[in-house]
Amino acid sequence: MKALSFIAGRALQGLIVMVGVSLIVFFALFLTGDPAALMMPPEASRVEIEAFRHAMGFDDPIWVQYLRFVGGVLTGEFGRSLRFQRPAVDLLFERLPATALLAITALLWSSLLGFVLGTIAAVRQNGAIDFVIRVISLLGQAIPVFWLALLLIIVFSLNLRWLPSGGIGTAQQLVLPSLALGAYYFSAITRLVRASLIEVLGENYIRTARAKGISNFRIVVHHALRNALIPVITVQGMYFASLLGGALITEIIFAWPGIGRLAVDSIQTKDFPVVQAVVLFAAFTFVVMNFLVDVAYVFLNPRIRL
Amino acid sequence: MTEPIIRVEDLQVSFFGQGAWQTVVSGVSFDIAPRETLALVGESGSGKSVTALAMMRLLPENKARVAGRVVLGGRDLLAMPEPAMRDVRGNEIAMIFQEPMSSLNPALTIGDQISEVLVQHQRMSFHEARVETLRMLDRVRISAAARRFGEYPHQLSGGMRQRVMIAIALACRPKLLIADEPTTALDVTIQAQILALIEILRAEEDLAVLFITHDMGVVAEIADRTAVMTNGRVVEAGETAAVFRTPREAYTRALLSAVPELGSMHGRVLPARFALVDPETGKKDGVGETVAAPPAAETPLLRVRGLSARFDMSSGLFGRVTGRIHAAENVSFDLFAGETLALVGESGCGKSTSGRAIMRLTGAVSGRVELEGRDVLALKRAHLGFLRRRVQMIFQDPFSSLDPRMQVGAAIAEPMLVHGIASRKHAREKVAELLPRVGLDPAMAGRFPHEFSGGQRQRICIARALSLAPKLIIADEAVSALDMSIKAQVINLMLDLQRDLGLGYLFISHDMAVVERIAHRVAVMYLGEIVEIGPRAAIFENPQHPYTRRLLAAVPIPDPARKGMRQVIDETEVKNPVRPVDYVPPLREWRTVSPGHEVQVFGEECDEEHHP
Repeated sequence: MKALSFIAGRALQGLIVMVGVSLIVFFALFLTGDPAALMMPPEASRVEIEAFRHAMGFDDPIWVQYLRFVGGVLTGEFGRSLRFQRPAVDLLFERLPATALLAITALLWSSLLGFVLGTIAAVRQNGAIDFVIRVISLLGQAIPVFWLALLLIIVFSLNLRWLPSGGIGTAQQLVLPSLALGAYYFSAITRLVRASLIEVLGENYIRTARAKGISNFRIVVHHALRNALIPVITVQGMYFASLLGGALITEIIFAWPGIGRLAVDSIQTKDFPVVQAVVLFAAFTFVVMNFLVDVAYVFLNPRIRL
Repeated sequence: MTEPIIRVEDLQVSFFGQGAWQTVVSGVSFDIAPRETLALVGESGSGKSVTALAMMRLLPENKARVAGRVVLGGRDLLAMPEPAMRDVRGNEIAMIFQEPMSSLNPALTIGDQISEVLVQHQRMSFHEARVETLRMLDRVRISAAARRFGEYPHQLSGGMRQRVMIAIALACRPKLLIADEPTTALDVTIQAQILALIEILRAEEDLAVLFITHDMGVVAEIADRTAVMTNGRVVEAGETAAVFRTPREAYTRALLSAVPELGSMHGRVLPARFALVDPETGKKDGVGETVAAPPAAETPLLRVRGLSARFDMSSGLFGRVTGRIHAAENVSFDLFAGETLALVGESGCGKSTSGRAIMRLTGAVSGRVELEGRDVLALKRAHLGFLRRRVQMIFQDPFSSLDPRMQVGAAIAEPMLVHGIASRKHAREKVAELLPRVGLDPAMAGRFPHEFSGGQRQRICIARALSLAPKLIIADEAVSALDMSIKAQVINLMLDLQRDLGLGYLFISHDMAVVERIAHRVAVMYLGEIVEIGPRAAIFENPQHPYTRRLLAAVPIPDPARKGMRQVIDETEVKNPVRPVDYVPPLREWRTVSPGHEVQVFGEECDEEHHP
């Protein structure tokens, strides 16, 4: 009962966030000036702009336009791309598998390695291994992704000629972009797991477990990780959401045809319906991931359950 | 003499700190016979807990060095390889700790945490372990064991959790139980339950117990033999009765002189100082049993009528109010100048809420609070200075109630500057006057809080409270966190200040023995209400309300002659004053026992037939 109302409460919060995002996305179009003039090519005549305005419904009262926008979003209709003259949603969904593949690969390797190294570092706190892991994870967070991506291309594509430097289609082509993209998250998760686990290992109930004669391995795996996981799960949900929203820099450097590149291209060509679709989609992923994290809490933290 | 269960020989522990190895325990030797309880007594920092952790090899190996021998069944535990030691922990020696709230894993069920040791040490299957766990829950008097098995620690009260800890400890039938302050964090009636439980299980299970505590009352009640520790050494050890009756060492005598003993004030009307013994010289403190002057006034300094504080509890999707905590309900009393009124009761009884409500530190308050005839609950915010100049508070934790980055002189001067009653120069002079008043050197004004001990910090807090020359001090568990000897000193100081300055004290405390020392009058609170109020002697010697009796009966008496007199365990939990939203507090009737001694006519609130 308590858990259900908790989940329902979080779902309601997510809904409110989505309404807020839709308002921002909708009105951002008007912030930059006359949307009709903005969307038409600069050499368009006044008559053409007025005709376009009417065709797009920009001369209706603003609340009518907003309702129409929301109605469209709810029925999966984001308007047509100005550049491709195709529904914006189709463009988005065409690009989604590429982005999802990259995001999932990056998240998988960074989480797995982050968990293992973070746990090792915490158990061997202040030892030599801990020091090495800390240095690696610090570098991973400090190095900007564009620099790391270029470095990877120079070393593995240009010098060693082991892996392709761009494109999509083969497993080899996935390696470098997912490495570059996951490096930051790997470092963040390593550091978070380490810090969280060190804190938990200092708790009184760990001392109790040791006084019970439980082995160190079981203490870490059974008693400590469960509790240490709670903050890590939160961060991971957010990371995955931000990855799904498109990895702009990585996708551009490695010529990866994902949502990030679509967003950048659309902004450059003033293709507003597509930009709106991408932003709404990114926000929606965030809200959904947040919600899933909250649901995961219910299972990890018995204080919420009941 | 039978062969001891465990023998500790010349135990030495040092910690690495400040660039060098610091010895914290040295030359500690003792042994414990089968079925015997040895109490290790000492104040904080005496090394008693470190001794226990060293015996169990639970100290971090890179930060602590342990030397000596701990012999269990012919084997030296300190020389054992770690895997062999793991078979000893929780199996042959088990341990329970002070903090029942944090000593259980919040993410695992009770049943999981108990059966884990059985699977680990007895190689039981999960099914066998479950059956045995249910039996253990039964043995520690936890009812509805099958339901509790799947519950999580946060669903249990503090006393219940300590029972679960005991079940974990005793699951594998160890030879020795180490109990490290197991009842210190518990309410006094729950403490009595846990002590009785340990005592019964000790007899049933043929257990030897090493009981670590700072509480001489608990020692007298539970221990066959007692070892007194200070500065990492055992200074005196022997039969508990002998240690209490004919202590050889000056330190032991000093410690015992500082222990408030319930009933020691029998036949007296007024509060009395502790006749403290100097731990170095063994001489008695010159000012013995001075009695504070009796209050003499017609109109009360503080008049409280019908004070209530209720807090809504909301839950669900839209924050619907589902219940209400009646933290304080219809609290009424008078407090005269120069008088100490003690508000006593267990956690959640509303004593602290009442104190804070009087100070206007909490909202949701109704009723009337008159200070010198003026209603302070009706004061506008801008006029609160009237209240806050005349009434000051001292809190329980002297560590967190002083700003760590503020010199203590500045902390003491701050109230005077805030209220604009002194210039900076004048405030500095006042600080130099106040510090000696509370027994500190005026030269200490430039130091920071971390340079002081707990007792000294509480003195600083008292000086800060005094800086505004208040009429009334609300002391909210002001001595509860202090060590025994320090506690007695601070109480003596408070009595002296009352005599010299005519202060009124509202002394909020759970400690009946301390209250007996310091109070002129006592009000007993239960579930947010005062259930009995009267002169101290009347409350302590002729308690009427069942709850007052229960509270008094639960206090451990530091007199070994009474050992083993308590064998009854009841299951009563400390209740919360959480009520349904539509709850209307019943009109209470009062009965006058003797002049000034009134008791609430008790109704369904305390169905006390089972436990008078």
